[in-house]
Amino acid sequence: MVGTRDTASVLAARADARAQGANVSDWMPYLPAATSPFAPHGVDPSTLVWAETVAPGGYTHKVVARGTRLRLEDVTGDACAHVLVFNALEPWERLNVADTQKIPWQAYLGVGHPLLSGEGRVLATVVADTSARHDAFCGTSSDEWNVVKYGDAAPQGPSPSGRAQFTLAGVKHGLTPRDLPPSVSFFQGVRVEDDGALAWQGSAGPGTYVDLVAEMPLIVLVANVPHPLDPRTDYVVGPLRVHAWRTAPSSPADEHYGASPERERAYLNTTDYLEARGL
Amino acid sequence: MSTDTVDEIRTTVPVGAVYAPGSRLDWSEALVPGDVVLDERVAPNAPWSAVVRAGDVLTIVDVGGNQSADCLMFNAHDPSERYSVPDTLAWQGNAYVREGTVLRSGLGHPLMTVVGNEIDRQDTIGGACSKESNTLRYGHHTAYQHGCRENFLAEASRHGLTSRDLVSNLNWFMNVPVEADGALGIVDGLSAPGRRVAIRADMDVLVIVSNCPQMNNPCNEFNPTPLRMIVTRSEDTDR
Ligand SMILES: [Zn+2]
Repeated sequence: MVGTRDTASVLAARADARAQGANVSDWMPYLPAATSPFAPHGVDPSTLVWAETVAPGGYTHKVVARGTRLRLEDVTGDACAHVLVFNALEPWERLNVADTQKIPWQAYLGVGHPLLSGEGRVLATVVADTSARHDAFCGTSSDEWNVVKYGDAAPQGPSPSGRAQFTLAGVKHGLTPRDLPPSVSFFQGVRVEDDGALAWQGSAGPGTYVDLVAEMPLIVLVANVPHPLDPRTDYVVGPLRVHAWRTAPSSPADEHYGASPERERAYLNTTDYLEARGL
Repeated sequence: MSTDTVDEIRTTVPVGAVYAPGSRLDWSEALVPGDVVLDERVAPNAPWSAVVRAGDVLTIVDVGGNQSADCLMFNAHDPSERYSVPDTLAWQGNAYVREGTVLRSGLGHPLMTVVGNEIDRQDTIGGACSKESNTLRYGHHTAYQHGCRENFLAEASRHGLTSRDLVSNLNWFMNVPVEADGALGIVDGLSAPGRRVAIRADMDVLVIVSNCPQMNNPCNEFNPTPLRMIVTRSEDTDR
């Protein structure tokens, strides 16, 4: 006996373990995804393939099929979803932030913005955005940064760094620190002033969401940690809700597909690659 | 094209452009005092690399003016630690690289520091050109052209590195403004023949540079020119 719990024998310990299975926490995956208590309105629950609430400071990751629509929701207004995406077939093809800003001639992420790889292809497209407060300049926090700012950066501590969480998420897909490029983040905005100064814009408030459509089979890594430039000196971050469901990849019928010649060629390159692979 | 007869089809390699005869070249000298421990010229379109020892200063000379020198940096003893654009920008709170900018790794550690700079600002947002991205930016007819990513991969491979080790880079002598609405792009440069930047190694650093061959935007004034790379060592950093 430990306190009121009987775990003295294997049988008793097994009964004790099994009695916990029906518990719930504020931060958990919901399986099957169709049973999510927070399924997005207007989405047929039977199409859900991923439903989860990520803890403050936590991370999540999954391989998703081409045509999956991924919704990230900032429940409290204090989430910050740091995101990396990789071609699941050849993961050395991955998010390239410089190309993601340069090729659309636009530094700020918003509806229709493609997340481009360094291979001239689209990994994912932003297809909905009720926040408009995002950042592609500052990446995520390093251990060094969090130790200076909060005094600790370890994944098991009170102020995990984004890099520490990406490292754990990535290694579960065979990725190492070499495979982690600069990331983008959603829900906490930064703007560049005339002299180049990075100005904090922060959150658009609670209840906003961003939807991404996977244009390829993707490894998705998400770290939910404070933005590096968050001016608050304590480690403030809210839970992040994640849902994904089966839809279709972008096609010429979508306004963003042909919104610029650069983007149209990026989708053409993506289709060319996938068709040659028989996908 | 389809109406070409066989004897009209070119059978020579379509190599990249080099600077026009009569282009003004100023080879300049090191920007900081010290004993010269390396002094090399990088031909137009070509890659270059060297290990710069902690405390040594690398001067890069923009010999022909407005020639983008695309640059990656790695911890010479553990290249999984490498240059990070976002860490560099977040630590300094500014999107442009100027004198005093500490070029940081993804671990937040200083790799190199800009100790001298003869142009208003240097770019680290614009990334590198590549055959692949050229197809998006300019069309598939440019896919055959050489690019900085080719130079990075070729040079990185000489050090046992692969595409997994390539990340967003720095572009010495290139100009990428960010406008109020987020519009961003490569525009005419702020440099001139003989202008220099000097960067001090804060640890032993493997520096890889691509002398940008891009001929579809103004990152080299459509006139690819050489670079000069000079490493100097001052007495007080001898060891
Ligand atoms: Zn280039």
